[in-house]
Amino acid sequence: MGAIYIDPSLKRATINDDECVECYSCFNGLSQEHLNPTMVRTIRKLLSLARIRFDPEPDVCPTAAFEPNELAWPRVVRRAFSDPRVPHESTGVEGRGTEEVKTNDVTGRVQLGEAGFTIEFGRPGVGVRFREIQEMCWALAQAKVAFEKKNPVTSLMSDLSTGTLREDILGEKVLSAIVEIKVPVERVEEVIRLVWDVEKRIRTVVTLGVGVRCESDGEDHVVAPILERLGYKLERAKTNTGMGRVSRVVEQPKKDLVSA
Amino acid sequence: MTNTLHRFGDAASFRDDYVVFAIAAKGKNDQGSLEGLRKFLKIAVEYKPVNLGDARHGGALRPSRSLNPLNHWRRDVSLDFQAVIDGLDHPTTCAAVFDNRPAAEDFVKRIKEEDLGLSVNISTSIDGAEQCCHHACIPRHSVGYSLGFEGATEKLPNSQVLMLSTMCGHGMISHSLAKKMIDFVKEGRRTPKDAAATLMRFCSCGVFNPSRAERIIEDARKKTT
Repeated sequence: MGAIYIDPSLKRATINDDECVECYSCFNGLSQEHLNPTMVRTIRKLLSLARIRFDPEPDVCPTAAFEPNELAWPRVVRRAFSDPRVPHESTGVEGRGTEEVKTNDVTGRVQLGEAGFTIEFGRPGVGVRFREIQEMCWALAQAKVAFEKKNPVTSLMSDLSTGTLREDILGEKVLSAIVEIKVPVERVEEVIRLVWDVEKRIRTVVTLGVGVRCESDGEDHVVAPILERLGYKLERAKTNTGMGRVSRVVEQPKKDLVSA
Repeated sequence: MTNTLHRFGDAASFRDDYVVFAIAAKGKNDQGSLEGLRKFLKIAVEYKPVNLGDARHGGALRPSRSLNPLNHWRRDVSLDFQAVIDGLDHPTTCAAVFDNRPAAEDFVKRIKEEDLGLSVNISTSIDGAEQCCHHACIPRHSVGYSLGFEGATEKLPNSQVLMLSTMCGHGMISHSLAKKMIDFVKEGRRTPKDAAATLMRFCSCGVFNPSRAERIIEDARKKTT
């Protein structure tokens, strides 16, 4: 995000709170040394006077200066969508989306003849404000597309039928957020063209993913040709091998019956 | 969580990048899945992964909360697979990363034989995943295609930086840090291995591929785009 910088007047590392998405990467990702801050600053100053610069490990905070903020609504939404270690209360899944086709062999969420879209905003590393996500949600709702109910963005909609998000979160910036929808394969091209249209009006990156159920021979003869016809070169995919199964619930005999 | 799907690069750039992960479906088979997930990780170690991790605690190389200043000269970059296995305390996504197809193929085949009942996904090139399934004699159940980045792509950095930073799909590896590590290697201040290890510590679910990162950084040392 580039939210951390050295303030020229304070001469201290400062966080731009408006740009910070509360991903906690600085707090979780940096190693810490717990050195005395005055000592560290003095050494740095003396070295800089002699035009010498220490070459430390770049991922170490010598003074363990970062501390997590107490977040209140609506800012807490930033962390929920930016820090993957925090599970969404709406989904129980760590991260920004749902299980999509990763567990399709167990859930059957996407069936033959259907396509599950993940439309992700702000990824990679650009960030997005909910105001921009709302543009897409409005367009999708207008096209009568159904939103995935167990999705964190859907849970923030004040009006599901119009795709309108809560007013108080529209200015919040997050690292990325995923809108999930499912449509019949006949509507794949229509949805992609709709996404292309909205992309031109928003100021962030959009990442598309399309999940499909393969036929019994393990092939997808329907959606891949549509995507290729639209100009996509299919290079990478997440492939569900179909090894999952629903746990069998073993009925325990009731104690009273056993004793009888 | 599409944390492994949208890695940047063409199919050939995934020749040393195979992410195999196991996940339980919430409310369907997550109860009692912890043992299966732990077994998945234990078996993976036999096939010599380059990283192992779970989505709650991170990968096989993690940041330290109490580093000794002498570590600036002698930093430990060894992978601790056992810490990942021992640290798993909650059903979550568990991943093993391989840098060669035979290892990934053999691992997928073995996992099929073990019949853990968990959903197992392979994230790599479409062809690479098909080969893994073919080796294990299983037809693909479902596929999630990555269609790449669109929209305001002028805000994205160059391809080398993007290939490094997107190896943590959650965005925990910043573009600035990836660029900085390439520059460090260009200036002779770090080896590609050291630079890859630095980036790897930021990945919060253990899917970063240090072998691929080393290769990309080595390429970037001489190329400018």
